[in-house]
Amino acid sequence: MNTAQNTGDALLSLKNISLSFGGVKALTDISFDILKGEIRAIIGPNGAGKSSMLNVINGFYHPQQGEVWFNGSLRGPLKPHEIARQGIARTFQNIALFKGMSTLDNLMTGRITKMNTNIFWQAIWKGKAEKEELEHREKVEHIIDFLEIQAIRKTPVGRLPYGLQKRVELGRALAAESKLLLLDEPMAGMNVEEKEDMCRFVLDVHEEFGTTIALIEHDMGVVMDIADRVVVLDYGKKIGDGYPDDVRADQNVIDAYLGVSHD
Amino acid sequence: MSPMILNTIEVILNGLMAGVMYALVALGFVLIFKASGIFNYAQGVMALFAALTLVGFQTGQVPFSHLINVVFGTNYHHWSSGINSFLAILLTMLVMVGLAWLVERVVLRHLVNQEQIILFMATIGLAFFMEGLGDLMWGANIKVLDVGLPSGGSFWWEDVTREWASEGSEYYGMYIDVLDVWAAGIAIVLVIALTIFSQYTKTGRALRAVADDHQAALTVGISLRTIWVVVWSIAGFVALVAGIMWGSKSGIQFSLSLIALKALPVLILGGFTSIPGAIIGGLIIGVGEKLFEFGIGPLIGGATENWFAYVLALIFLMFRPQGLFGDKIIERV
Ligand SMILES: Nc1ncnc2c1ncn2[C@@H]1O[C@H](COP(=O)(O)OP(=O)(O)OP(=O)(O)O)[C@@H](O)[C@H]1O
Ligand SMILES: [Mg+2]
Repeated sequence: MNTAQNTGDALLSLKNISLSFGGVKALTDISFDILKGEIRAIIGPNGAGKSSMLNVINGFYHPQQGEVWFNGSLRGPLKPHEIARQGIARTFQNIALFKGMSTLDNLMTGRITKMNTNIFWQAIWKGKAEKEELEHREKVEHIIDFLEIQAIRKTPVGRLPYGLQKRVELGRALAAESKLLLLDEPMAGMNVEEKEDMCRFVLDVHEEFGTTIALIEHDMGVVMDIADRVVVLDYGKKIGDGYPDDVRADQNVIDAYLGVSHD
Repeated sequence: MSPMILNTIEVILNGLMAGVMYALVALGFVLIFKASGIFNYAQGVMALFAALTLVGFQTGQVPFSHLINVVFGTNYHHWSSGINSFLAILLTMLVMVGLAWLVERVVLRHLVNQEQIILFMATIGLAFFMEGLGDLMWGANIKVLDVGLPSGGSFWWEDVTREWASEGSEYYGMYIDVLDVWAAGIAIVLVIALTIFSQYTKTGRALRAVADDHQAALTVGISLRTIWVVVWSIAGFVALVAGIMWGSKSGIQFSLSLIALKALPVLILGGFTSIPGAIIGGLIIGVGEKLFEFGIGPLIGGATENWFAYVLALIFLMFRPQGLFGDKIIERV
């Protein structure tokens, strides 16, 4: 399972990232990297700064200090949509779908960075635009099959149950065919069966497309099962980083999870 | 049929035609509101400005001629005796796109994440600015707009409807302005085209995505700024169409920007976020005010068209504040 060992190249490196909101220090001097082709889990208790970390990676937050290296070069202060265009896709802890749009349209919109006919051709819906639309439609149908959501292709996603919304959101992120996929608690709030499905999808995506994945998850069982390496945050600091087994045995990590008081 | 019924039908038809105009202006409002949460007070002035610019191009006016002449002591007014209407419409559309771009650059970009009321006030400023700009560029005189749409009463329709009247009654047929029929037809085509565009193209989907959720739109790689330019351009296009219709009918004058205020009751009826709502709301107000004036107006001294729409909207606000089709207003706590 440890693809980390045979790849070795870092897709993303975070160096000394610090982020604060007014007085609240969400992240303090955090460094770690994500290797090409691995599944990297980010864990930690509530409020540890996990989501903030993803927000830094995809550009919603700009850290006061530190560097983000992506795909071999230092990244400037880009906007989220520019970062998406560089090949980073994500899902959210509280789901951010286009609720009024159908599953199909959500996924098609997820592919927007891959489509490049200009608005003029689209307006007259001829040649290039039509061809492109059909091509991408095919890719999206493939993802729909893959995630087994054919039955809800035309349903406005706002009407779907929570578990399915999570799945559609994963689908939209997959549609971007990104280099790096960020998943913020994709299994939170799911029942056992849904969790198993989601686990399988994440692993299949990883296997079939070789996508590099960063994953936030609270369920330690899941993390131990699917992650290649794990980074542990607590109160905005990194307290552990390594293979799942090592991290699980680490006394600092155990303390953080058992709620040993901080002084 | 009795002349009474026929007269009522005529009133309804004329109301529908007036409603198309309201609907078009309201449509421009809804497009911008959905995409950026901005209530664009300037929508009506945009129609005025578009129509002014169109006539300016058509008649070969030199823009800012008054200013130029004052400053340089020259006497330029026209650079040509006029150009083809179709070309003039294309040029005007380019100007509207330029305006959209400018609005994004100069106004919206600096006001992201501000309170709605601030954005609203910015559009009030924009309205005054565009009004002044229109005057400065093309002069303040009332202008005639003729893009070659047929106009005048339809004799054919008059003849047909005269036949419908019951034997022996004194009925001379219905009056319908052909221009209104054209306007309605063009509006229908416009709405269908916009719908298809938004359903089946990349940019259309991006527009809906932005309207739905900004954060999610950014995440998939949509640039909000680009979308705002696109949306304001489309609203500019809709304003141009509205300007052409209104201008062809009653000349281009400042009152055009006032009919835009009628869009407010239309929106209250139809809901601020619903395109079908804008259209149906427009038609209801158009028909409603004509019928009311026809039926009740004479009893209470007439001129009810000035206020009917607002009173109807007020009543609506009391019973269904989200409008006929608007999203339900749910306060987040
Ligand atoms: N936009 C923001 N403004 C102010 N404070 C913020 C903001 N975003 C995050 N924080 C703060 O940063 C800290 C870390 O929050 P974050 O959401 O990253 O935690 P998390 O590890 O994802 O927690 P959870 O497991 O509950 O999702 C918290 O104290 C939070 O209140
Ligand atoms: Mg979180």
